[in-house]
Amino acid sequence: MNAKQAFYLGLRAVMPLLAGVAPFGVIYGVVALQSGIPPPAAMAMSSIVFAGSAQFLLAQLVGVGAPPLLTAGAVGLVNLRHALYSASVAPILAHLPRRWKMLLAYLLTDEAYAAAIPHLLVDAGESRSRHAHWILFGSGFGLWAGWQVATLAGVLIGAQLPSDLGLDFALPLTFIAIVVPMIASRALLAAAVTAGAVAVVLAALPYKIGLFIAALAGLAVGAAMTRKAA
Amino acid sequence: MNLWVLMLVCGLLTFAIRYSFIAAEGHYQPPPWFRRLLPFVPIAALTALVAPELLLMQGELVLGSGNLRLWAGLAAIVVAAVWRNTLLTIGSGFLALFLLQRLAG
Repeated sequence: MNAKQAFYLGLRAVMPLLAGVAPFGVIYGVVALQSGIPPPAAMAMSSIVFAGSAQFLLAQLVGVGAPPLLTAGAVGLVNLRHALYSASVAPILAHLPRRWKMLLAYLLTDEAYAAAIPHLLVDAGESRSRHAHWILFGSGFGLWAGWQVATLAGVLIGAQLPSDLGLDFALPLTFIAIVVPMIASRALLAAAVTAGAVAVVLAALPYKIGLFIAALAGLAVGAAMTRKAA
Repeated sequence: MNLWVLMLVCGLLTFAIRYSFIAAEGHYQPPPWFRRLLPFVPIAALTALVAPELLLMQGELVLGSGNLRLWAGLAAIVVAAVWRNTLLTIGSGFLALFLLQRLAG
């Protein structure tokens, strides 16, 4: 596999997620304008922050005039789970020059990570692992471009766009398609069940912090079971 | 604080979180237990994203027949487990949701 093929592999893998992300991008654009954020700033936020849930929260908190430090803190909490993705891909990117690492870190969203990770971990043969960063760049760039277009549509066309077609269901469905085939051991199954259950129980916690705690609980249970088996 | 400054701070913070471990790789020796956690990141993090989408309706746990996304999601899980095909899984999930909506409607 060469770099170009790896890039297109990542790009193709993220396509189904774009169907689910697009409605969110449109709604974000609408919410941002309703919060009194001028259109250029609303658009710029999709490049500067580039994080779906965090942008929603930022727009809403700006809208209600929340203190800036609290707003920044909330955005940090919402994005805390991305540190897990960072740790997960770090060994794969270790050999790259710093500009590559920074670019891929900037593009490291839930969706880009999810789309790329089965291809990064499974079949990490010599030729593929040498171009693994191109897979991640493909999924990251695809999501970035889709998010910009969706945000722009929300900002320009606004609430007339139909955003309740149920297309957002594509997100959980694609994550299911990615996760289920990866469950190849009892430890992995236990990690999934734990993370899912904790996420449901803690769903009411603010700033999506429940997701982060749930993921940590899943990691802990999975690792504990591996240790017992070993 | 100016809106643009706030956005910049939030952007830098987000980037710093995503860059953290990628930047640190090679500059520190993580303990062995840390390495053991990493294989579970995709499954734990993504399941944490999916489970509330399927099990909760407006923040309430709904396990009955009224929660159509749960049953469509379970159908997709079965398809994913048997055929391991992304598009087939997404397609059958949407098809199941559509059929359930027709049945319920």
